[in-house]
Amino acid sequence: MTKPLKPGVLSLLLALLGAAGVALGSAMGSTGWEPWWQALHDPVSWQIVWDIRLPRSLGAWAGGAMLGLAGALAQGLFRNPLADPYLLGSASGASLGVAIYLSLFGGSTLASGWWVRLGLTGAAFVGAVLAVLLTLVLARGVQHTLRLLLAGVIVGVVLGAVTSFLNLWRPEVWQGMQGFMLGSTGFVGWTACVLLCAVLVVCVALALTMARVLDALSLGENTALSLGVPLAPARMLLVGVMAMATGTAVAQMGLIAFVGLAAPHLVRAVVRATHGWSVLLSALAGGLLLLSADLLARGLIAPQEMPVGVLTAVLGGGYLLWRMSRMTSTGSGA
Amino acid sequence: MLKLRGLVGVCFVLCTGLAQAQAITVRDDRQQEVSFSQAPARIVSLLPSLTETVCALGQCRKLVGLDRYSNWPASVRQLPRLGGGLDPNIELVVAQRPDLVLMATSARGAERLQALGITVLALEPRTHADLQRVMNTLSQVLGVPASESERLWREINAGVLAAAQSLPPQAKGQKLYVEVSPAPYGASESSFIGETLMLMGLRNILPGNLGPFPKINPEFVVRAQPDIIMAGDSSRASMLQRPGWSQLKAIQSQQVCVFNADESDMLVRAGPRMAEGARLMAQCIARSQGTKP
Repeated sequence: MTKPLKPGVLSLLLALLGAAGVALGSAMGSTGWEPWWQALHDPVSWQIVWDIRLPRSLGAWAGGAMLGLAGALAQGLFRNPLADPYLLGSASGASLGVAIYLSLFGGSTLASGWWVRLGLTGAAFVGAVLAVLLTLVLARGVQHTLRLLLAGVIVGVVLGAVTSFLNLWRPEVWQGMQGFMLGSTGFVGWTACVLLCAVLVVCVALALTMARVLDALSLGENTALSLGVPLAPARMLLVGVMAMATGTAVAQMGLIAFVGLAAPHLVRAVVRATHGWSVLLSALAGGLLLLSADLLARGLIAPQEMPVGVLTAVLGGGYLLWRMSRMTSTGSGA
Repeated sequence: MLKLRGLVGVCFVLCTGLAQAQAITVRDDRQQEVSFSQAPARIVSLLPSLTETVCALGQCRKLVGLDRYSNWPASVRQLPRLGGGLDPNIELVVAQRPDLVLMATSARGAERLQALGITVLALEPRTHADLQRVMNTLSQVLGVPASESERLWREINAGVLAAAQSLPPQAKGQKLYVEVSPAPYGASESSFIGETLMLMGLRNILPGNLGPFPKINPEFVVRAQPDIIMAGDSSRASMLQRPGWSQLKAIQSQQVCVFNADESDMLVRAGPRMAEGARLMAQCIARSQGTKP
């Protein structure tokens, strides 16, 4: 057994790896290895490095970090290692938002007005937030964890069904939906990247201030109450942060599986830490995870590109499976 | 240095002045106005029917990159592949330095490409009129004389009409079901395939109000009992497994036309090979009339 890493050391390591990944990502693309210092002389190569690869790599990192953060919050909030950021219906809400948007404006000639300019990403974000709100209404607030989980599952299934219906009813929607469901970092530009980073900073700050609540919650709800934690508003805020992080990530990159679920597990496998650290570490791990998957997606079948959502599902799923088999063979719990 | 700048400035003013004089503005299928100061010389096409149309207008040599499905004419096969309509590889597209990207309205990435300063024309032909309009727009943009695109359209139209007239008279009035993909999606009366069938005097079991290429419930086909079914190779296997389909009259009497991948391409792309697609359909119907008991 190796000596357990200190959270501080690990976070530094993860941050450095992330930075290295972004640097690598700006030099590696589907047109092959092309370091940025060689691209200085050619405007198109420069545009590719500066306007495509860099925002994309940075955006992938920030988006992955948001999913990792939301995953850590979800698992802490629900005290359930299987919880993931999409649990409260945000993924199906985002899909429905996109489907509605596409069926209203997709290829139609009426495309004008502010709601069109809001675009697909806006529709996905609004859909995700509305779905979480619906879950909260159905669960009659956040007091009851089980009710919240059930409401989340119900909202997910029902909104998923409505999306399927729209796909059937307006077949031209289906094509656009496919692209969204695949999940891709390929369309992230500077605007999206800045947005992702800004929301990430806000979410991390909020999550860190709430970390003590999660620590108290891990001792059980009654203990948390007796410690003087204002449970209801704290939960509401945590759910809000989760919805904001997930909604923003999904809106910019589509559905990306398993990053939010696997990142906190990865962190827990390496260190034992308070929620403050584990939230931060999960964010860093999530960022690194999605960025690595993105780099792989660019390189594996270059010059073609794999949808990164496919890769994260395979990688994250494989990792969790491996963890699970180790857990059962050693007979220890999560 | 200053002098040089001044010169560049003068040239810039002159050039833009000249360009404005002959600038062309067209409206694409997203209803966006797209302007061209000169005919584009490096074109990326991300939709097979648009690739074929560009080539039919004699501008094939201007293509520098394609989506992974474009495969006609043979000369375009060695061009770089830049992803698909749903997952265009932005980086690869930009690396080709195109001055025009053609893509479907349903494709992704148009906004991203435009943000990177690339001219995008989104066109998606679904009907005969669409194709004629797309050919007009493309010829305008590519600097091809309008007479050329009109001639091409007349040729296609004449080909479709000739195919329609080649049909034996007893075939008229038959009910058809044309499947375009095994999900299953069918071609309705409002699609270009449906319009061709109408010209042939055939009936389509899918009404136009379902949209050009609706997803259909297999039960709908069983209830409608088409006389003839047309489908691609990829549909053949799944067709018999659909509940109730083995009892379909058309399947029992083998009034099913199955097209191989190349033929399906001709059939389902609203491009310059539309007449060949129509010919394929007519031949198949004539054949099935011959085998009719």
